[in-house]
Amino acid sequence: MTRLARLLIFVSSVFIAVPAQAALTIEITQGIEGAVPIAVVPFGWGGQTAAPENIAAIISADLNRSGRFEPLADRDLVSHPTSADQVKFQNWRMLNVDNLVIGKLVESSPGQYSVSFELFDVFRGKRMTGSTFPAPARDLRRVAHHISDVIYETLTGERGAFNTRIAYVTSSGSTKNKTYTLLVADSDGYSPQTILTSKHPLMSPSWSPDARQVAYVSFENKVSEIYIQDVATGSRRKLAAFKGINGAPTWSPDGRKLALTLSRDGNPEIYVMDINGGALKRITNSAAIDTEPVWTPDGRSIIFTSDRGGSAQIYKVSASGGAAQRLTFDGKYNAGADVSPDGRKIAMVHGEGGRYRIAVMELDSGLLRVLTDGRQDESPSFSPNGSMIIYATGAGNREVLSAVSVDGRFKQRLTLQAGNVREPVWSPFDK
Amino acid sequence: MKMTLGGFIVLVMVAITAGCSSKGDTKDGDVAIEDRGAEGADGAVASGAADGSDFSSYSLNDPNSPLSRRVIYFEYDSAEITDADQELLTQHAGFLVANPGQHITLEGNTDERGSREYNIALGDRRALSVQRILELNGVAPDQITIVSYGEEKPAAEGGSEAAWRLNRRVELVY
Repeated sequence: MTRLARLLIFVSSVFIAVPAQAALTIEITQGIEGAVPIAVVPFGWGGQTAAPENIAAIISADLNRSGRFEPLADRDLVSHPTSADQVKFQNWRMLNVDNLVIGKLVESSPGQYSVSFELFDVFRGKRMTGSTFPAPARDLRRVAHHISDVIYETLTGERGAFNTRIAYVTSSGSTKNKTYTLLVADSDGYSPQTILTSKHPLMSPSWSPDARQVAYVSFENKVSEIYIQDVATGSRRKLAAFKGINGAPTWSPDGRKLALTLSRDGNPEIYVMDINGGALKRITNSAAIDTEPVWTPDGRSIIFTSDRGGSAQIYKVSASGGAAQRLTFDGKYNAGADVSPDGRKIAMVHGEGGRYRIAVMELDSGLLRVLTDGRQDESPSFSPNGSMIIYATGAGNREVLSAVSVDGRFKQRLTLQAGNVREPVWSPFDK
Repeated sequence: MKMTLGGFIVLVMVAITAGCSSKGDTKDGDVAIEDRGAEGADGAVASGAADGSDFSSYSLNDPNSPLSRRVIYFEYDSAEITDADQELLTQHAGFLVANPGQHITLEGNTDERGSREYNIALGDRRALSVQRILELNGVAPDQITIVSYGEEKPAAEGGSEAAWRLNRRVELVY
């Protein structure tokens, strides 16, 4: 078997970087009482043809998806100011909105735009922030998400995560003839890009900390192998193809190492691999299953799943090896953990009474809370600001993606038009 | 699976002994042993000693041969192999011992419940259980390849216990 191939490879059964296909649609399934009312007025546009993007609609949808805001419907807007001097605060106070967003889209030269926005505190009658961004047409959605980030951070004090992406896996076709794809989409489900297609299973995508590369497992050679791929260019290399399992890759916070699961020494153990040199260090040593490693944000520990205690539970070990400490005691089955960006919580698959749901545990107190109510919820992944968890859920006979706020109060479902969608992983912030 | 390795080996040994002592009856009763000569599949050439203990006389292509049964099923979260399947694996082992050039891939699979990478590990454990029985019956390690697909390649779709039962399996692929 190949030890460590470091070549870019292109195998006939695998296709890279196919143009975008059907977008995900997002449906809010459980809202929050007390979401803050906000008015986002359609942005001014002086062009002869239709505006290239509806900036206000993108911002409004972002704020709505966060669960923290309740944007006013367009039909309820009393007026359509596009500059500060046109704003009559009295009118907006009567609608009981706390905040108002207005803005303008201008074509500054052919194909080149300028987007400006302003955010107001309606009750104080004051401007809170505002800015102008130049952008070509293809970046207008990104600019809108950036404006959402600014508004969100100004009003909540927490960084927004609207300008991020999700990677996920789909499968379609019959049992005997399946097609597996690995995709990357904006966090609102737009602009899905297929980055890999295969007739054999693809699984376990993991983002690099700079959000430029994805590591994943591919069975394209009828055994499991780990690859890392540049999302923008599609170039990739094979990182691990040892005898047995090559699975569960996750990037270290400094971007230089991968934690992974290998069974080359007999049974599944956690290893850390140096991405550039290929050097391997074995972290766990037990006769049981050890898998699903994830790093703590300080890079000093690895949290993983093991059944060394008789059933699957979550453990923690130093990233340089040594004795492991059991973290979960609540429930018969806890597996597939993700660590919150502040390192204080883990999300996991929590199995109890034949149901598998997403739970969050505070690491300090050990307090575990079940957030979801599916039968087969799996693959939780924190948003980079720690406010939401995206996960996969069985819905009828299909797998779809859902997201839940970390407090469990706000839920939404993301649906692709066809096929099964699973293993969502939320990207880090762009660096 | 919560059995210790020692306990597991004892169990396998018992099964092998049981398999050996009953071999004559089962085979002579249920399976027509015939010398298929050079027509045996995939280069498996029968040696001609059709006395019921020579597994080389089984054909991979014969639907009546025990070797046509190539799926081993498991209980939930378990890698334990039933007595009946141990008997079947003894017959596959006999064929592989008699045909040292013959290779086999053991594909471990699970149902869809629980975490995906954990299921890869569970599928691997099931394939390892099968591998141990084959090796204890004399099959050379280099004749065997193991791959676990976890829950990624279900044999049956759907979220029913019936589908799950069909998906918790090891497939023997010649």
